Amino acid sequence: MTISTLDTDSPVDNGVNVAALMGAREALSEAPAAAEFIWKTTCTWQHGTHSRSTVDGFTGLGDEQRHTSTYTFDVDHPECFASADKGATPVEYVLVGLAGCLVAGVASIAQHRGIQLRSVTATVEGEMNVLGILGADPDVRNGFDRITARFAVDADASREDLEALLAQSQKRSAVFDVVTNPTDVVVELI
Amino acid sequence: MRVSTVVVGAGHAGLAMSHQLTKRSVEHVVLDRGDVADSWRTKRWPGLRLLTPNWMLGLPGRPADPDDPDGFLGAAEVAGLVDRYARQIAAPVRTHTTVRSLRRRGEGYEVCTDEGAWHANTVIVATGANTVPVVPSWAGALPPTVAQRTAFDYQGPSSLPEGGVLVVGASATGAQLAAEMRRCGRPVTLAVGEHVRLPRTYRARDIFWWLHSTGVLAERHDEIEDLSRARRLPSPQLVGSTMPVDLASLAEAGVRLVGRLAAVSEGMVRFSGSLRNVCALADLKMARFLDRADAWAACSGLGDTLPAPTRPARTPVPDHPCLSLDLVRENITTVVWATGFRPDHSWIDLPVLDRSGRLRHHGGAVTDAPGLYALGLPLLRTRASSYIHGAAEDSEALADHLLAHLAR
Repeated sequence: MTISTLDTDSPVDNGVNVAALMGAREALSEAPAAAEFIWKTTCTWQHGTHSRSTVDGFTGLGDEQRHTSTYTFDVDHPECFASADKGATPVEYVLVGLAGCLVAGVASIAQHRGIQLRSVTATVEGEMNVLGILGADPDVRNGFDRITARFAVDADASREDLEALLAQSQKRSAVFDVVTNPTDVVVELI
Repeated sequence: MRVSTVVVGAGHAGLAMSHQLTKRSVEHVVLDRGDVADSWRTKRWPGLRLLTPNWMLGLPGRPADPDDPDGFLGAAEVAGLVDRYARQIAAPVRTHTTVRSLRRRGEGYEVCTDEGAWHANTVIVATGANTVPVVPSWAGALPPTVAQRTAFDYQGPSSLPEGGVLVVGASATGAQLAAEMRRCGRPVTLAVGEHVRLPRTYRARDIFWWLHSTGVLAERHDEIEDLSRARRLPSPQLVGSTMPVDLASLAEAGVRLVGRLAAVSEGMVRFSGSLRNVCALADLKMARFLDRADAWAACSGLGDTLPAPTRPARTPVPDHPCLSLDLVRENITTVVWATGFRPDHSWIDLPVLDRSGRLRHHGGAVTDAPGLYALGLPLLRTRASSYIHGAAEDSEALADHLLAHLAR
């Protein structure tokens, strides 16, 4: 099973194939097993706090799937934590994931609603008290206290329409759900 | 026993259909596990009033009572109304007859009850949309000292143990129960997921006047873009009085607003960080409807006769919404689940349910089961189907469909 990539004839073009997405929604509702996806990454320790993660395949549509190429991500911590700073921090990757998910949602929903985008820039900030991860204060959590995403959008639409785009994008976002709701996490030794 | 049509459920919908069948001389029987309007007698909390004003309570052959068109009936009054209707139309009701199963038999159906089996060419499922409260599977993980209620077993604030209350769900039921308990001085926390916000009155008219006048209630199932989503929409945050029960007024009354209840573990309940967005979604959706209402009023020339358009303020979301609570430490002694209801179709032994247990039907004609019909479900044929008066038009259309089926 593949998702077709027919072009739509809508005059608005954000480069999102909404017809294919709507077709996929319908097809997958009829074939629920194909809708079960597994996303994965492999992370290999390099040196110190530096690690390298690769992403090349996932499971979905009832089969093993491959990205068109292998993506590599260096993960490290900055020099103020006495690290070599060979890559972004893990928490920054979380922000990258949230930003990418919300922006993709904005583009798709804008396409579906006939809103032509000219530019979208999201600035995402996560506030964190590091006394938590340093183990210095048991009352401070490890994770973010708050995440704020600020969107600058240039488009042919009213402010209200753009607010509705942002709201719907959060509503349909996987990463927004991941960061706002608890997830059962299994970590085990093999 | 043989009969042309069995109607399961003697609520307003089943009785409306009975009236249509009588008018068409279709021999039928109406079965109910309890008395007429049983759910309105036994499954509604004492303070409940209908969301819909009295002018919306017309049934086939019985126009809405003209005396108090803008009033709202309580549950017992609805039961009385349905009871009088059953007598007026002389519906052939067999009360205290529980249907155990529905099976295919030849070209028709076999309806097994605790009072024997009926063989019928056609069957109407009118057992109600709100028959079983939906409670999350992890409700059992709450501390055993915390009492749990649903809208079905909640009997008013004084029936609960002393202490604070966590109401889960902010649709019509949750918002009303939170308001009622707060008025009695209870500390109330309200977990808010996706909801529908509507003002009770807008430009000096009731919101249902607007929903009716603008044609929203008449929108048909086959012209709604995402029908399955529209059918799942929760009831709007309204109460059957002119009092507002939106999140702003609840917060002002001292109700603590938190996000959707996301998990329970070891006495801690965790709330989603999506409160801001679910409120934004509801505010935006309400504004879109009010824009439509204003445009309609302007077009129809009523604009000048009504007070000028206004917009309710945005829902105030706490700056730092609470994300987790220790129920015991906070002295929250009761959790009230206002997490929705679903129909009970467990007695239907036919392959007519979808993956989530919903009846597959096209405007009330059940898919792949000729001669089987549903009535009284949300957005069955139009948006009005979700309300009592919607049964008039729906039963008319489906009775005609049924007659054509019998004549094959």
